[in-house]
Amino acid sequence: MNFETTIGLEVHIELKTNSKIFSPSPVDYGDEPNANTNVIDWGYPGVLPSTNKQVVANGITAALALNAEIERHPHFDRKNYFYPDNPKAYQITQNDKPDAHDGWLEIEVDGKKKKIGIAEMHIEEDAGKNSHGRNYSYVDLNRQGTPLIEIVSKPEISTPDEAYAYLETLRQRIQFTGISDVKMEEGSMRADVNISIRPVGQKEFGQKVEIKNMNSFNYVRKALAYEQQRQRQVLMSGGKIQQETRRFDEKNNTTILMRVKEGADDYRYFPEPDLPALDVSDEWINELRESLPEMPNERKQRYVEKLGLTDYDAMVLTQTKEMSDFFDKLVELGADPKIASNYLQVNVNGYLNEEQVDLADTKITPENLASMIKLISDGTISSKMAKKVFKAVTEGEEPKEFVEKKGLVQLSDPAKLQPIIDEILAANPQSIEDFNNGKDRAKGFLVGQIMKQTRGKANPQVVNELLMKALNK
Amino acid sequence: MADRIDKETVNHVAELAKLSLTEDQLPYFTGQLDSIMDLVDTLSEVDTDGVEPTYSVTDQINVMREDVAQNWGERDALLNNAPEVADGLIRVPTIIDESED
Repeated sequence: MNFETTIGLEVHIELKTNSKIFSPSPVDYGDEPNANTNVIDWGYPGVLPSTNKQVVANGITAALALNAEIERHPHFDRKNYFYPDNPKAYQITQNDKPDAHDGWLEIEVDGKKKKIGIAEMHIEEDAGKNSHGRNYSYVDLNRQGTPLIEIVSKPEISTPDEAYAYLETLRQRIQFTGISDVKMEEGSMRADVNISIRPVGQKEFGQKVEIKNMNSFNYVRKALAYEQQRQRQVLMSGGKIQQETRRFDEKNNTTILMRVKEGADDYRYFPEPDLPALDVSDEWINELRESLPEMPNERKQRYVEKLGLTDYDAMVLTQTKEMSDFFDKLVELGADPKIASNYLQVNVNGYLNEEQVDLADTKITPENLASMIKLISDGTISSKMAKKVFKAVTEGEEPKEFVEKKGLVQLSDPAKLQPIIDEILAANPQSIEDFNNGKDRAKGFLVGQIMKQTRGKANPQVVNELLMKALNK
Repeated sequence: MADRIDKETVNHVAELAKLSLTEDQLPYFTGQLDSIMDLVDTLSEVDTDGVEPTYSVTDQINVMREDVAQNWGERDALLNNAPEVADGLIRVPTIIDESED
C-alpha cells in the first residue's frame, strides 16, 4: 500500500526586544537567576500588565514578511495551566483573534518551488526555565515574559526535506527583518512538528503524532524521516497510530514515546481583561512595510541577474542579512562582484568559523575589504599576496597602507620586468635550447628563476607573456 | 433549571484547578455550580444581538509601553517571599518535565 505524509510545523521565535512583553523587566536571561524579574512577572495580586509596543510592531513586521493577512483588532487571551515555570498559572497568548492569518512561504526543494500556507501567527509570552535536581526542581523566571511569536503552518508539507526547506526559508526571512536572532542552537527558534500518514486517495488525515524539543533543522528532518517510516510499519502490520507526543533521540536517530494524549487539552481560554484593546492602523502597517529590508529572494534574483553570480553563490550570500548587506556594500564601494563573492564565501566565512565570531564582531570593514579587492582586480597584488593582506584586514589595517609598508606591490610593469627576463635568459642558454627541443618543463624553470630574482613580486601573467615572446623570437 | 452540572464535570474542573474534593464535598459543590449556571442563564435573557463582545472594561485603545528596559531591583524581596529558595532559584517539589508548550 502507498502512503502519503502530511506535516505541519509550529515554530516559536523569540523576539529581540529590550524589555518583556507585558512588563519593563530586561530581556536577558544569561544574568543571575531571577535577577530580571518583577512583581508583574511573578504574577503578584493586583499588578497590571502593559503591552510592549515594539512587540506588536514586530508581530506586524513578521506578518508582512510571511505575506499574511494582518488582524486589525487582535486581542490577548489567557491560557490556563498549572506549571511552576509560570507563577500566574496562565499564559497570555492570542487564541481567537491572533495577530495575523493566511500567509505563505515559497520553498524550493531539488529545484522545485512550492508554496506552503501559514494558518496563523500570534504573539505570546514565554515561560520561565525549570531545572531538575534529585529531590527538587528549580525555577528561574528570567525568561518569563520574553516575547514570542508562534507561526503555525498549514498541513501542506509533504516530505521531511520540505519541512527542512520551510524552516530554513522561515529562519532566513525573519532574520532579514531583524526582529529575532532566530538561532535554533541558542533557543531563539524552536520547532514542534505534527506528522501523520494516510493511504494515497484517502480523504481524511491520518492520526497525527507530535514530536517536540528538536534543536536543529537536521534533527527535524531526521525525526520526520524516522517517524514516517515507523508509522508506515505500524499501519502495514495492522496496528493503529495513537495520539501521542514523542521526542527525537539524537544518538540513534529515532523517536521515543513521551506520553499518550487522552482527549484534547483543556486550557479554558478566555479574553485577557487587563490589557487595553488594539487597533492596528493602515499608517502603522505602511510605516512598517516601508522599513522592511529587501528580502532574500529578491536579493538572490538581483545577484544573479544584475551582478552575474551563480545561483549557488547568491544562495550562500543571502543566508544572513549581515553577509548580504556586507556584500552589497562591497559592490557599492566598487569591488568586483565575483571576487567579492568569493572572498566572502571562502576567506571571510573561513575566518568567522575559525574564530567562532559574527561578522559584526570582527575588525573587517567593507571599506578595507573593498580596497583589497580593488588591489587584486587592478593587478597591484597577486592572489598569493592577498592572503597576507587579508590577514591584515582582519586586524583592522588599511590594505593600501599595509601593501606599501610591507613592499608587497606586484611587479607588473613590462619595462621593469623585461631587463630581468633578459638577464635570466642570458644566464640559462641550456634551458632555451631545451625549450626549443620541445621540453615544456624548461619554461617552468625559467619562470621560477624570474620569480626568485624578484622575490615573488613579479606578476606571473605578465612574466608568462613576456617570456613566451622572448622564447618565440 | 438544574442538573446541567454533574459530578464528573465538577471533578474535572477540580482536577484542572489542582483541588481534591471529598465524597461529601462533591454534591455540595455540584449544587452550587449548578445555581451559578442559573445565574448565567438570567444574564442570557438580555438581548445582545448586534452588540460587540466586551474584551476589556477600560475604554483605552492602543495604550502601549515604549520598549525601554527597567530593572526594578525586586529580586531579593521576591525571593524572600518564595516558599523555598536555593542559590537564587525558586525551589519546588520535583516536577516531571512534560516539556513546556
